[in-house]
Amino acid sequence: MKRRFKETTAVITMVGPVVFWLCVFVLLPVLYVFIISFLKKGPIGGVIPEFTEKNYTGMFQILYARIFLRSAWTSLLVTVLCLLLGYPLAYIIARAGNRIKLVLVMLVMLPFWTNSLIRIYGWITILRTDGLINRLLTILGIIKEPFQLLYNDGAVMIGMVYTLFPFMVLPLYSSLEKLDHSLLEAASDLGGKPYRTFIRVTLPLTFPGIFAGIIQVFIPTMSYFFITDIMGGSKAMMIGNLINNQFITARNWPFGAALSIILILLTILLMRLYRKAGGKLEDMA
Amino acid sequence: MSDASEEAIVELVNVDKFFNENRVVKNLNMKIRKGEFLTMLGPSGCGKTTTLRMIAGFEEVTDGIIRIEGENVEEKEPYERNINTVFQNYALFPHLNVFDNIAFGLVEKRVKKDEIRARVTEMLAMVQLTGFEKRRPSQMSGGQKQRVAIARALVNRPRVLLLDEPLGALDMKLRKQMQIELKHLQKKLGITFVYVTHDQEEALTMSDRIAVMNAGVLEQIGTPEEIYEHPASKFVADFIGESNILEAYINSVNGNELTVFFESGSALAHAEGFIREEMAYVSIRPEKIKCSFEAMKGFNMKVIVKEHIYIGSLIRTVMEASNGQELKMNSFAGSALPEEGSEVYLYWDNGDAVVMHTTEEKLYNLIERIPEIGVVS
Repeated sequence: MKRRFKETTAVITMVGPVVFWLCVFVLLPVLYVFIISFLKKGPIGGVIPEFTEKNYTGMFQILYARIFLRSAWTSLLVTVLCLLLGYPLAYIIARAGNRIKLVLVMLVMLPFWTNSLIRIYGWITILRTDGLINRLLTILGIIKEPFQLLYNDGAVMIGMVYTLFPFMVLPLYSSLEKLDHSLLEAASDLGGKPYRTFIRVTLPLTFPGIFAGIIQVFIPTMSYFFITDIMGGSKAMMIGNLINNQFITARNWPFGAALSIILILLTILLMRLYRKAGGKLEDMA
Repeated sequence: MSDASEEAIVELVNVDKFFNENRVVKNLNMKIRKGEFLTMLGPSGCGKTTTLRMIAGFEEVTDGIIRIEGENVEEKEPYERNINTVFQNYALFPHLNVFDNIAFGLVEKRVKKDEIRARVTEMLAMVQLTGFEKRRPSQMSGGQKQRVAIARALVNRPRVLLLDEPLGALDMKLRKQMQIELKHLQKKLGITFVYVTHDQEEALTMSDRIAVMNAGVLEQIGTPEEIYEHPASKFVADFIGESNILEAYINSVNGNELTVFFESGSALAHAEGFIREEMAYVSIRPEKIKCSFEAMKGFNMKVIVKEHIYIGSLIRTVMEASNGQELKMNSFAGSALPEEGSEVYLYWDNGDAVVMHTTEEKLYNLIERIPEIGVVS
């Protein structure tokens, strides 16, 4: 008994702080949102503490289904673009010499240290009608009238891909970096031409990185409301915008909370798929 | 010489390899004969693995030519060489099971499914892993992985099989067992094996011929007996088995009979191609040294017996020569041996000493260090 007590104390002292941290900063807020999602909305925001399931059942409307599908479609495109652009880059970084590798990883991570809002405004100065691209094209005489590059789906796509690109590259890089080079030599030794080796060895062995990248791009794309707001001119609606609107404009907190819970459930579902496919959570970082 | 080139399956001609400024293989010339078990032996960093990787195609030669079956393979990628490698760390595909690992090469060659199944099954039986088809590499022991790696290479029926320290990670007992199995496999299949190891015992046990490498240079190539009994250089004598190596001055030459002077005495030796007053190294194996209480004719080497060490069936006697050099003698357990601390004279059969040419500068002042030279001449 005494020994068991000792062990328990040891476990509590070691794991305790982490558990506490997770409870306060993750579990409690989520719980809070979860509870709100089952309450009635107050007249000017806030909630009335009465149970209702309408926030969830009310979602089954064509309008919301459209937004969900549209969000999923945009997210899918952004994810595929990030993957197609990110894989070659991650491959190059992973195969580069040690010093160059460090510089390239830094360059990928560098944007993390600047406010993403500011970076998005940076894009506006490039894309707007009197922006960098349009001016350049006009000066070169290629176009007479400036293009409308902003406030459309394309602009949103550019902003999303740009912002989420590192989330794709880093897990890909991490799994490509771990790839044992002798396996590629073995494949070549056994008669595998380079593209065959890529398909039969490199791709399956970097699958955890691919999946991790997909999750880390797909989910945030659905919820990044400010990019759609700024670059899409509030015309394009993602789930993130919908949730944002519920809290800020529509003042329907419970419905916003319910939408958030759905998004969280979607994330958990994808994570479970990832685990099932043999991925490790450590690779997500 | 002409028949040798006809039967050579792999031929290296003046091969040089640089890694940046570092010359790791120096003007290597070597012919690997069809069907032989050739071992490249040397300490780590001697260039043996690099040489193997150049044959496989993983490294380019900086200079020189490699021919496989008479064809210059400079432009050929590894996947075009029809040579297979057993890697040091096995390099099994972790995402594939044993069957798919072994079938990998056959799938690339677009062999029909039925034939793949038949050949993989046959191979599994040969390496005694029948029933392991569905296992993942992570579920297997080191020895089993090793067998899969060998099967994966051999199933392709390569012209040459390259093995890069394949038994390095196995424990002693398994190693010995695998050595014998590999040798049997090689004899049975008649495939040329090029084997890289730093373990001289392994090389002596398995090889038809051994190529001893040191610092990027091929020191000697020959049968295990030739290498052991007639080392061509001080390095080979030192690296293969154990040896007492003495700096020597050839004092007189009478046909093939030499009188050699050491710092610590003088002795007789039997060797060809030496001239009077040449500097050389003399190597004598511990088991070939004998001792007595009186000097034998032609020999004058007085030593002090330091200690006897029992090593199983042998007794190792450590002795100190007059210049302080430690000499080793092996005798069978139960032989009558001089007491520790006593003074004895060493001798040997003339033919047992190996005399080796050298160009080392440190031997230039040997004459001054040999006291007897002044007396005799």
